[in-house]
Amino acid sequence: MSALLFIEQLLNGLQFGVMLFLMSAGLTLIFGVMGLINLAHGSIYMIGAFAAAAVAGATGSFVLGLGAALAAAAAAGALVELTVIRRLYDRDHLDQVLATFALILIFSEGTRWLFGSFPLFLDVPDALRGPAELPFGIVYPRYRLAIILIGLVVAAGLFALIAKTRIGVRIRAGEADREMIGALGVDISKLYTLVFALGAALAGFAGAMVGAIQSVEVGMGEPVLILAFVVIVIGGIGSIRGAFVASILVGLTDTLGRFLLPILFGTFLDASGANIVGTALASMAIYILMAAVLIFRPTGLFGAAT
Amino acid sequence: MIREWQVNAAIMALLLAVPLWALVADEPFTITLTTRAVILALAAVGLNIALGLGGLVSLGHAAFFGIGGYAMGILAHHAQTYTPVMEWPFLIEGTKSMPLIWVTAIVTSALAALLIGLLSLRTTGVYFIMITLAFGQMFFYFAISWPAYGGEDGLSIYLRNDFPRLNTLRPMPFFVICYVILALALLVSWRIAKSSFGLALAAARQNEVRVRTVGIDPYRLRLFAFVISGAITGLAGALFADLNRFVSPTMFSWQMSGEFIVFIILGGVGRLFGPVVGACLFVILEHWLGGVSDYWLIFLGAILLLVVLFARGGLIGGLAGREVAHD
Repeated sequence: MSALLFIEQLLNGLQFGVMLFLMSAGLTLIFGVMGLINLAHGSIYMIGAFAAAAVAGATGSFVLGLGAALAAAAAAGALVELTVIRRLYDRDHLDQVLATFALILIFSEGTRWLFGSFPLFLDVPDALRGPAELPFGIVYPRYRLAIILIGLVVAAGLFALIAKTRIGVRIRAGEADREMIGALGVDISKLYTLVFALGAALAGFAGAMVGAIQSVEVGMGEPVLILAFVVIVIGGIGSIRGAFVASILVGLTDTLGRFLLPILFGTFLDASGANIVGTALASMAIYILMAAVLIFRPTGLFGAAT
Repeated sequence: MIREWQVNAAIMALLLAVPLWALVADEPFTITLTTRAVILALAAVGLNIALGLGGLVSLGHAAFFGIGGYAMGILAHHAQTYTPVMEWPFLIEGTKSMPLIWVTAIVTSALAALLIGLLSLRTTGVYFIMITLAFGQMFFYFAISWPAYGGEDGLSIYLRNDFPRLNTLRPMPFFVICYVILALALLVSWRIAKSSFGLALAAARQNEVRVRTVGIDPYRLRLFAFVISGAITGLAGALFADLNRFVSPTMFSWQMSGEFIVFIILGGVGRLFGPVVGACLFVILEHWLGGVSDYWLIFLGAILLLVVLFARGGLIGGLAGREVAHD
């Protein structure tokens, strides 16, 4: 195994982790502020990817596509919050799971009806095509490098928004005591719609960015949604910082597991056997990580102890 | 107002009458369709012990359904290829005998439920939902990436498995087997709800602190309920695989877990027969709406949304009225 290959896999893991953070940040915010479990978050991710692919395909501009993804995802988020989600805040988690499961069915089949069952393709913008040369002779696809950088910038922006701005103060206050900030004159329902739209925009953005390296298809959101759940469980529900640390951890575990485990088993098994066992175990690695975290910290790495 | 037991009796009678009519009218597909509804109902009856009685919203019950399915698939696959399942440390042969397969399905899915339950019951609420979902997904990816039993393509079994003295190749005897098992599972579920264990479990759902105060450990109650629940869903998985003579990783998919919960809600939360009505309604909708439009899941989504938002009692609630204890 060469060091260069290892570093490339490390970067892949980082890129995966950063995208997972964009998904899980919205989920964890929505849970932290509104106490809502939202299965339809994966559908918003899909909507972002489809909006980007459709607009970029029609106009030829990736940036316009990205803008469309943000707008479509935020609009879908706000619409869903105003019509459905709003009625669910006082309900138990079972109702929230079911209603958002129903939303997944509606969104998925609606998208299939609009765009058909065949995957769409979103092209990487010309400026980001091809490999980038990094120090120490590392060669890495420019677009994936851009994803890492943009993702980190968005993450930093989100931290700044939560920590420094007035909206951030209100969001944090909403997490701490909903009724109190309502009594202090903050329009709670407007804040909820805003947080929901913000989370949706982040998911849509992630969908559009990933859409250029994967195919854009119905059902693309749910695997990512479930990984985001794993991230949130590991990081601790409601904690943005936890979501960030856990995203990177999950991204690296998954990518490096797929890369290293077959090699590891190759040292004492024959090649095909090692590949089978290694791949099968690698597919379970992040869940084993989650189980391990749960045994030692049932509320996650950064979750409030109960 | 009709009593709930009258509704329940009518459901069981109807469920038997439809295939009998189909037998006379020579409509074997209707029998198969009813069998499908009965098996899905069995899976949801299993889930309902954890969800309805224990208040444990498990979004990972497809794991047990799939394990049951693969228990059948693996045993029957080895039987039809005349190879042993394993030779070391002791010899295990494949089998085509339904009772043996059922026992295997029940034991393996109960073990899996014990493992998943031990870990995930340390948490509550949203954590529990997410963790069960994640563990379910773990089995899904494992089934896809393990090539020995078909991987992504799944396993086909050429002939339905055997049951002593019944010709299971014909649809009606197989339906009767499934129907009897469903009736037994409902009986078990009813007995559990009436037992001191079931009462304590329901109490732990309604007020955990009080249950602790009188010296009962909710964790052990829930773990036990979760294991029974997983075992019944696992048995349903084995029957489902036998019905289709096919197992694939889709049995592990998280949509499956979601659908089980949907059955319970469509039928009515906290009702013994809720899962049965819900599963039948689902199969009818699937068949009827699926014929109307390829995008029938949109309509299912809309119906589900309306039921959750505006009609909490489900179908049985609409028929029998009277709110049952549910929090």
